[in-house]
Amino acid sequence: MNEPYRYIGKATQRNDAVGIVTGTVQYLNDVKFKNLLYAKVLRSPHPHALIKNIDKSKAENLKGVKAILTWENVPDWKGGTPGVTRILGRRLRFVGDVVALIAATSEEIAKEASSLIDVEYEILPAVFDEEEAVKPGAPQLYDEFPGNIVTPGFPIFGPKCLTAIAMGDMDKGFAEAEVIVEGTCGYANIPNPIPPEPPGAVALWEEPSRVTIWVSNQAPHVDRMTLSEIFGHEVEIFTHGHPVGGSFGTKIITWQVQAFATLLSRATGRPVKIIYTKEEHIAAFVLRPSSKMHARVGMKKDGTVTAVSGKWLVGTGHYSMTSQAQLAVGLGEVQIMTRCANWDLQTDIICTNRNASGSVRGFGGQELKCAFIPILSRAMAQLNLDPFEFIKKNYIKPGEGYFWRDGNWYIYRGIDYSEAMDKGAERFGWKEKWRGWLQPSAQKGSLRSGVGVGVHGNADIGEDTSEAYVRLSTEGTVTLITSLTEHGTGQRSNYVKMIGEVLQLPLERIFISASDSVIAPFDFGPVGSRGTYAIGSAAISAAEDAKRQLFQLAAPILGANVEDLETVDGLIFAKGKPEQCIPWIATGHDRTIMGYGRFDPDYTLANCMTTFVEVEVDTETGKVTLQNVVNATDVGQIIDPPGLEGQLNGCLGSSGIDSAIFEETIIDPTTGHILNANLIDYKWRTFSELPEIDNVVLETPISSHRFRAIGVGEVATSPGPSAILMAVSNAIGTWLHEYPVTPERVLAALNKVKSQEHAGGAL
Amino acid sequence: MSDITVREKNKKISQAKRVTLIINGEQRNLEIGHLPHQVETTHTLLHTLRETLGLTGTKLTCDNGACGSCTVLMDGKAILSCMTLTVECGGKDITTIEGLKDRDTGALDPLQQSFIDHTAFQCGFCTPGIIMSAKALLNENSTPTEVQVKEALSGNFCRCISHYQVVRAVMAVSEGGA
Repeated sequence: MNEPYRYIGKATQRNDAVGIVTGTVQYLNDVKFKNLLYAKVLRSPHPHALIKNIDKSKAENLKGVKAILTWENVPDWKGGTPGVTRILGRRLRFVGDVVALIAATSEEIAKEASSLIDVEYEILPAVFDEEEAVKPGAPQLYDEFPGNIVTPGFPIFGPKCLTAIAMGDMDKGFAEAEVIVEGTCGYANIPNPIPPEPPGAVALWEEPSRVTIWVSNQAPHVDRMTLSEIFGHEVEIFTHGHPVGGSFGTKIITWQVQAFATLLSRATGRPVKIIYTKEEHIAAFVLRPSSKMHARVGMKKDGTVTAVSGKWLVGTGHYSMTSQAQLAVGLGEVQIMTRCANWDLQTDIICTNRNASGSVRGFGGQELKCAFIPILSRAMAQLNLDPFEFIKKNYIKPGEGYFWRDGNWYIYRGIDYSEAMDKGAERFGWKEKWRGWLQPSAQKGSLRSGVGVGVHGNADIGEDTSEAYVRLSTEGTVTLITSLTEHGTGQRSNYVKMIGEVLQLPLERIFISASDSVIAPFDFGPVGSRGTYAIGSAAISAAEDAKRQLFQLAAPILGANVEDLETVDGLIFAKGKPEQCIPWIATGHDRTIMGYGRFDPDYTLANCMTTFVEVEVDTETGKVTLQNVVNATDVGQIIDPPGLEGQLNGCLGSSGIDSAIFEETIIDPTTGHILNANLIDYKWRTFSELPEIDNVVLETPISSHRFRAIGVGEVATSPGPSAILMAVSNAIGTWLHEYPVTPERVLAALNKVKSQEHAGGAL
Repeated sequence: MSDITVREKNKKISQAKRVTLIINGEQRNLEIGHLPHQVETTHTLLHTLRETLGLTGTKLTCDNGACGSCTVLMDGKAILSCMTLTVECGGKDITTIEGLKDRDTGALDPLQQSFIDHTAFQCGFCTPGIIMSAKALLNENSTPTEVQVKEALSGNFCRCISHYQVVRAVMAVSEGGA
């Protein structure tokens, strides 16, 4: 049994709850600025073109227009990994690429001005398919990326950044195999997480070289760090974070949006606001990476994977900012789910003329596994292996290792997740429902039911660094000073709980600072599932540091040793002597006690999410209905039960499970235009179509921080999509290998309609 | 155009054109015109609420009638403020998320309290729209079934998947007979 806590593990009110339900929480677009200008972007109608000439005279003469920027009158600042993409360039690489930026006194005027700019384009041949893009003679997007292959490696991850998995002896591995399968599978439908709040920024430039930016991103320090790299370290950058109206990983880096506002403020001397429309959000912001994998897998009858060789192609669209990082993390994650001694998995990141892929919840691992698990499934099917048993057998166990993102080998010191998997299987009724590969679990008329299972885990729960200050006021209040914004997980409230537990103080007496990079210390932000362990550790150790300082002041007054002191509800006393207590203020009303905490990366722990799904397929119409989902995990210690439930229920939308059923970005293969860049044509799950979700959460203490907890929020979306593909294949008795499983694809697999050209692969 | 001409022109407009509506219990007499404090004939109710009146609790997401983030009550019924022109709202009684609290005591509406009690939100951006849709349902039917709640909220876009906790929050109020 876990330790009884005062707040940890109990449902407590989120500290922004009243603001949310009364509409007073100020998201970025709700903040008022004096003297504000509004920005609009003129975007390219062509997927690949050169700007021959721009005539902005008519637009400049429109009353209220304050600045128009084009590639000709901006600094040569570049973003991307590596930095080859100009903020405004002469060469346009996707439909929606930026041609001009306009600042005006109203949004309407800015929009009108954009329609008055005459642009002469030289249209260039474009390429949309990754495999076409690498062929000789294909249109080239960048001189720096011959063959449209992006420079591998993510510099922040170090010189050995993981770009492939190569170990063991492939000949030996395949010789040991009792079955060898080879195939290709794609998760190439580039779904879009589309948080409701659009990307945006407000910037105020002050001469000679300072910019203050109000952002709606997860981590204001990451914004500052990213922009500093792009602006050449010669600009002083202050960032103020606001609550984030949904991110799902996309609002960790929005340098273009922020740079647009910065440049326009620099040109006008006034604050400039840019808020993307939903069409721009979908067509010109962040998509999931496209993923295709060709692999050869050797397997034994007992489910041992003896060898994996192949190539993983990641499509990044017109440029890459984080695709190399996603690729590195994905390669680490695939080892966590697949014990195998012999690997030769190579990779390429490919540029094409479409809106860019970027950071999205699931960060590489979801993309890789959605392509890899269907290939593994073919080997399991040949050996008549139950995929649940395969997952349980092959998921990492304590003492085993993996190459992580920095290219180093780590030994896993976490827990065995088999019990959580078993409990999940039991709740789902896996044993009763699993009838073998390509066998429906039930049928009734034209309806066929099928089940599938997927798994995902990530050693990112301890990635990157976090710092926090905890300030004690001796009148008995505490302030956590952190740059973190609230992006929906409730973690800002959870840190208050952790501090309340360390200091045994009522939560009402613990405050949390605004989210900025000006005073608050560095934090990489709530990326991956690092919020609970990594960020939590910094908050906890800052609180412990503050408590230690308080006790050092109190010890002489109480005539006791520091290590014998305790504090409860703002009183300090020696253990066992609560009657001889002093209030914090007895240590002096005129002082600030500032505790500091830091977390350094730890890649030796990983989380785990196993997702079971049951679908019903109408073989007449091809419609797939998700009926039932069971997520099974072990979090060590629950911090906040309703917050955790919300994260796990999040498995459906934001390009999670639904990216296997109906979510996709549809690009016209002749014009490069995204055809469903609005919330009517991009399909999303509604309240009236909710499947049953059951979450099985175990609490086996994990050696993380003092609460022995780890985060699992990010990974909730990831095991589902491949489980859906498996379930639908089982329901209809034939293999599907493309996402999403639209009625058309289901009917084509049943030979009821003609198959369209495949975007994914063939097995 | 000289300043005097502008002023005279605006005076004429302000004399000629106004739209009067009730917002959160307060009568608003809005001038129609081209100045920043005025309402353009092209302005949506969403724009007027957020930009002219500073009521930013109502959220802009799709601006296209697809997502329900901008839902407000008009004469007690849920409408999409991004698809409604302000100049067509004359004489209407509008309630936004800011106006849901008890106007005398300032107490939260039981529905708002239930959303807090059930943590029926994650990022919270879609929450005002969801609450207003649910409120419209409860105005019409104080004891809806779960299916009716889901149907009433089916036009509200939420990507965090707060749906399950939202349905519980609304049903809790429904059972309370609010």
